[in-house]
Amino acid sequence: MIRPEQVPMREQDPRSRVHNFDEVPLGYSEMEAREEAARCLKCKTAPCVAGCPVQVDIPGFISQVEQGDFRAAAATIKRTNNLPAVCGRVCPQETQCQGVCTLGRKFEPCGIGRLERFVADWEMEHGARTHEPPPATGSRVAVVGAGPAGLTCAADLRMLGHEVTVLEALHEPGGVLMYGIPEFRLPKEVVNHEVEGLRRMGVAFEMNVVVGKSITVDELLSEGYGAVFVGSGAGLPRFLGIPGETLIGVYSANEFLTRVNLMRAWRFPEYDTPVKVGRQVAVVGGGNVAMDAARTALRLGAEKVTVLYRRTRQEMPARVEETHHAEEEGVDMQYLVNPVRLEGRDGILSDVVCLRMELGPPDDSGRRRPVPIEDSEFSLAVDTLIVAVGNQPHPLVPRTTRGLEVTKWGTVQADEQGATSRPEIFAAGDIVTGAATVISAMGAAKQAAVAIDAYVGKQ
Amino acid sequence: MPNEIVSVEPLGPQTKSFVVRAPRVAARAQPGQFVVVRLHARGERIPLTLADWSAEDGTITLVVQEVGKTTLEMGASVDEGSELADVVGPLGEPSEILSEGTVVCVAGGVGIAPVYPIARALKEAGTHVIGIAGARSEDLLFWVDRLEEACHSLVITTDDGSAGRKALVTEPLAEILAARKIARVWAIGPAVMMKFCAQACAKAGVPITVSLNPIMVDGTGMCGACRAEVGGRVRFACVDGPEFAGDQVNWDLLIARLAAYREEERCALERYRRMVREAAA
Repeated sequence: MIRPEQVPMREQDPRSRVHNFDEVPLGYSEMEAREEAARCLKCKTAPCVAGCPVQVDIPGFISQVEQGDFRAAAATIKRTNNLPAVCGRVCPQETQCQGVCTLGRKFEPCGIGRLERFVADWEMEHGARTHEPPPATGSRVAVVGAGPAGLTCAADLRMLGHEVTVLEALHEPGGVLMYGIPEFRLPKEVVNHEVEGLRRMGVAFEMNVVVGKSITVDELLSEGYGAVFVGSGAGLPRFLGIPGETLIGVYSANEFLTRVNLMRAWRFPEYDTPVKVGRQVAVVGGGNVAMDAARTALRLGAEKVTVLYRRTRQEMPARVEETHHAEEEGVDMQYLVNPVRLEGRDGILSDVVCLRMELGPPDDSGRRRPVPIEDSEFSLAVDTLIVAVGNQPHPLVPRTTRGLEVTKWGTVQADEQGATSRPEIFAAGDIVTGAATVISAMGAAKQAAVAIDAYVGKQ
Repeated sequence: MPNEIVSVEPLGPQTKSFVVRAPRVAARAQPGQFVVVRLHARGERIPLTLADWSAEDGTITLVVQEVGKTTLEMGASVDEGSELADVVGPLGEPSEILSEGTVVCVAGGVGIAPVYPIARALKEAGTHVIGIAGARSEDLLFWVDRLEEACHSLVITTDDGSAGRKALVTEPLAEILAARKIARVWAIGPAVMMKFCAQACAKAGVPITVSLNPIMVDGTGMCGACRAEVGGRVRFACVDGPEFAGDQVNWDLLIARLAAYREEERCALERYRRMVREAAA
């Protein structure tokens, strides 16, 4: 008899968790993990593996969990995924592996993400085995950006015997895992642990290097790197382009989250960077970043947090789990509203003026286009407004690299193997696709690592 | 050792210069650019405009006035031989260095430091450089000898007349603008000073370049904390600037945004002073 529903994962109570930055889901115990693993049908077709951008051997590791061999399960996952503790937490499993799970046709799909997280956490707790890289190939590769794409590409190249140096603009590796995703969803300790694993494999890291400013890609190539991987991400915040966006109290989600996550402003004044969150907070946008910003604002002491989204719940790009957590914590969701201007007194934000929207015919993205309803203007008193309507690719590397072709959206032109218009330069992740998910960046970076290995092998 | 402090020199009652080992920055530094510095693992990221550098020695020079918690802590605890946690740069767009005509470089207070390499580059490129350096009083002036070398002529002003002419920098600036043909003015100093220099230049129809110093976090275009309004458009000072046409800047907005965290800054400063007192007791 198969249990129809997933073994629930314990979570912090919403009433107490809004007062702390501790992780919300608490993880499985060994018993719970084995019980959930037993639900997997171990079906021959294994659609889950094809649904995973990095093709983790899902039935394989789940069988090992079921048998209680957690160390073997960790090794199985790590054959294709170098950041399992991250992916188990932030991957949109419901649209990937779990979305195609055979069990899911009749019952709730197997909790693959939860099991991946369990295995990674178990290994973290019990001491990870270091993988010895094969003998040195003599090739050196520079990786630009220590985010999900860069870390994945670096790890794979290192395991192929190449000498790898990761150059990162910020003072800590991790990219969006460090500055973007909050502590309560992805503890920074987990990111540090995964990065530490890469260091033990022999990947070199150099922080505070802004490629395109401190050094160019061409200079790296002339310094003796045989190839350069560009994983510089989509770090440029988009604003709304409406009047009043320079008022004090208006943040890009990037600024708000960077202050809190990377700079630990939630621990000001113990840490030097402050962040201001008033009593009334509005967040504009409907993605995971908007949910992260809203839930962070609550934890910083906001009395009321309202999410303003211009379409309806059905079109919301945020994961169902994130929206659910936000609502549980008391975030107010306002659908079909769009800010048109911001008002303030003495340079300080006081109100956001919005229009009500309705859904019209579908746009380029296939989603129904929101159109304003006449005379529907209303205003909301707010102290803080956080703009979470997406990020653009960072233009610095393309702008400073001769002959590196970009698309009209400013993304680097690259094929599925990460090959760009320059044979010695490869690219993957958000700099190629525009803002997307951690796991899709990792999947593309793995392809690029294979291509880089082939390229430097020929040199 | 990267980010090692090679030397520290007091330049006045609350101002010090720090020579820092930062070979990557020094190799590429150009006038007008800045670095972001973090003192330690709990520190904030602060932007500091490059005051000097030596590609040969692999060092940069930063001039810091103690005005808040981080700068006070830097002055008190960063000694020769110690290390800064992070130095990243060079950031921002370099100054556009003209090669002919006469220019005026106006420096206010600690703004002397960033003006110095710009004036030097302008002179080297072939322009005639008139310098104006102003401070509240004589003890707040520094690097006068360096400025004299970097400029063809130099006017010193102080608010109280303790050195040079008793005047604000805008007075000699207006006189020069009225007396001769000026190709461009650079002005770097407190926002209010830059605002009045910009007004004087607008009146005389002379282009003016200013270096904006808004609050920044990453300094690489990622957060937008440093948004300024220039010519009616929102620009990021860290990647679009820090230099902009002074007559186009919305100064009142810039000044208001500089004060956005005044309360938190006071809290951090008081806490730091209390900790220093307790450590001493």
